[in-house]
Amino acid sequence: MYKLSGKVKLISIILIVIGALGIGYGFLTAPSTLDEAKEILAAEHSGHGGSHEAESSHSKEAEGHHSEMNAEGHSAHGEQAAETHHSEEAHGEDHHSEHVLHQLQTKPWAATFVAGFFFLMIALGVLAFYAIQYVAQVGWSPVLFRVMEGITSYVLPGSIIVLLIVLFAGEHFYPWQNHELVAEDKILQGKSGYLNFPFFVIRAIIYVIGWNLYRYFAVRNSRALATASNYGPYKKNFKYSVFFLLFFILTESMMAWDWFMSMTPHWYSTLFAWYIFATMIVSALTVIAITTIILKKAGYLPFVNDSHLHDVAKFMFGFSVFWTYLWFGQFMLIWYANIPEEVTYFTIRIQEYNLLFFGMLVINFVFPILILMNSDFKRIPWFVIIAGCFILVGHYIDVYLLVMPSTVGLHWSFGVTEIAAVLFFLGLFMLVVGSGLGKAPLKIKNNPFLKESENYHY
Amino acid sequence: MAAKVLHAIYNDDDLVLQAVKQIKEKNYHILEVFSPFPIHGLDKAMGLAPTRLAITSFLYGLTGLTVAILMMNFMMIEDWPQNIGGKPSFTFYDNMPTFIPIMFELTVFFGAHLMVITFYMRSKIWPFKEAENPDVRTTDDHFLIEVEVANHSEEALVKFLNETGASEVKLID
Repeated sequence: MYKLSGKVKLISIILIVIGALGIGYGFLTAPSTLDEAKEILAAEHSGHGGSHEAESSHSKEAEGHHSEMNAEGHSAHGEQAAETHHSEEAHGEDHHSEHVLHQLQTKPWAATFVAGFFFLMIALGVLAFYAIQYVAQVGWSPVLFRVMEGITSYVLPGSIIVLLIVLFAGEHFYPWQNHELVAEDKILQGKSGYLNFPFFVIRAIIYVIGWNLYRYFAVRNSRALATASNYGPYKKNFKYSVFFLLFFILTESMMAWDWFMSMTPHWYSTLFAWYIFATMIVSALTVIAITTIILKKAGYLPFVNDSHLHDVAKFMFGFSVFWTYLWFGQFMLIWYANIPEEVTYFTIRIQEYNLLFFGMLVINFVFPILILMNSDFKRIPWFVIIAGCFILVGHYIDVYLLVMPSTVGLHWSFGVTEIAAVLFFLGLFMLVVGSGLGKAPLKIKNNPFLKESENYHY
Repeated sequence: MAAKVLHAIYNDDDLVLQAVKQIKEKNYHILEVFSPFPIHGLDKAMGLAPTRLAITSFLYGLTGLTVAILMMNFMMIEDWPQNIGGKPSFTFYDNMPTFIPIMFELTVFFGAHLMVITFYMRSKIWPFKEAENPDVRTTDDHFLIEVEVANHSEEALVKFLNETGASEVKLID
């Protein structure tokens, strides 16, 4: 039986407090008026020093600003400004700074959302993987079921927080929630049957309730199995898992369209949802591996051997390649055809996030493939941990690049708010997962595949 | 001097695995084991060195990748850089996404085919090769262990092999 040690508890509470303070600082320092935004911009420009001259930086901004499809309130604000000023120049400038103000106000929201979703997607990916293990009647993994159940205990708090962020972010994230903008935009009007606020809320709540219901019943049955005299709870879990996977593939796709793709409502991509799923599952497997290694090292999992680790590492390797495949599938098709309405999504990412955009590819593909290719290395805990750290950092950047270019555009940075948000959710994750692991013995009982799993050898 | 060998024939793969371990323990020298199908763990029991085929495959894959890059760089960028549908053929890097499918396929092609050919060469298999089967039954349902007599007592060895569960033991001069 695992028990969350006082030290870990203390560390995670400190992380939560520091993180919360940092997030609060981010929201408080966000500019509330145009003048403040201009001041921040001026400071930024002088801060950039010689490499970025104010002149070139400004022209780049203007260019990016026009190419960006997600110019929230773009035309609406433009119209108003034109009416009041009657001057083309003044109109351009004012409209520009209003746009900047909006993006700067969005920054703390986006930072919190990126970190919040990153940790939610880990727990959610583990939940999907757990369901797959039941449905596929896998023989090697039952010894890891309690670890997976522990990690999925984060689904409840994580999904509620992300749900709240998504519902209250409003126009910060989702330009289609701006009625003035929709009134002038034929494309958004055409999508308003799907992209309207009440339906958006209903959908989001359905996803979260569905995921949590499965998690609740699956864990309850798994624990009931330990004292049951027959395989009733196991059979139930098998059935629930089948239906959950059906539900999950639908809700995960719609979640990706709702929460991420609709940040740039003029843009669409068919394999976007699977791409997010790939990010999710590879981070989830990495966290399963790392948690298992830590618990094993502390002596809680004597029945887990290096063959189990080898299998998890194989999945990390395979899904890293799968993620790259989808990333490239999406990128190459759009790059090749170069249709203006599709390509804006990558234009801003390549022009303004160049190092992150391509650096992420190296971290998420090249490193795992080189580190985890060798069969012997996959059995060495420290190798798996190193590869896992690369994968987690890489996929954090991945989520960052899904959200930031679409919401804050050119005014991105990795500062106090971003770091604080990661610390906050890391602390919460550690606390929730740690206490979740302590809820039941780490060794399951009566699972029909337990014996096979214990003797598993590859 | 033709070396004397004994052919011990078994009916069951579990017996073979056990017999191999027993023979190894007594320090007799096993020349070869013939089996109609792979026996899991036999290579470990015999103490065979692990295969390095995967390493060769990795190197062949790198070769294929290099071939693909050099080929396309020469043809599309250096030799005759045309404007084809507005694709940027200024540098290899500019036009890289178009090349990646070919780079991938050639990596796999080289890795797979050269590895298979290496396997054929190392295991000395080719068309019209004369089969080296000491007993036709070993391709169907019998297992055969070939043990070198060397300077051991022949009778003691036969007796020992019978004890390990062999259904037949034959002396081959």
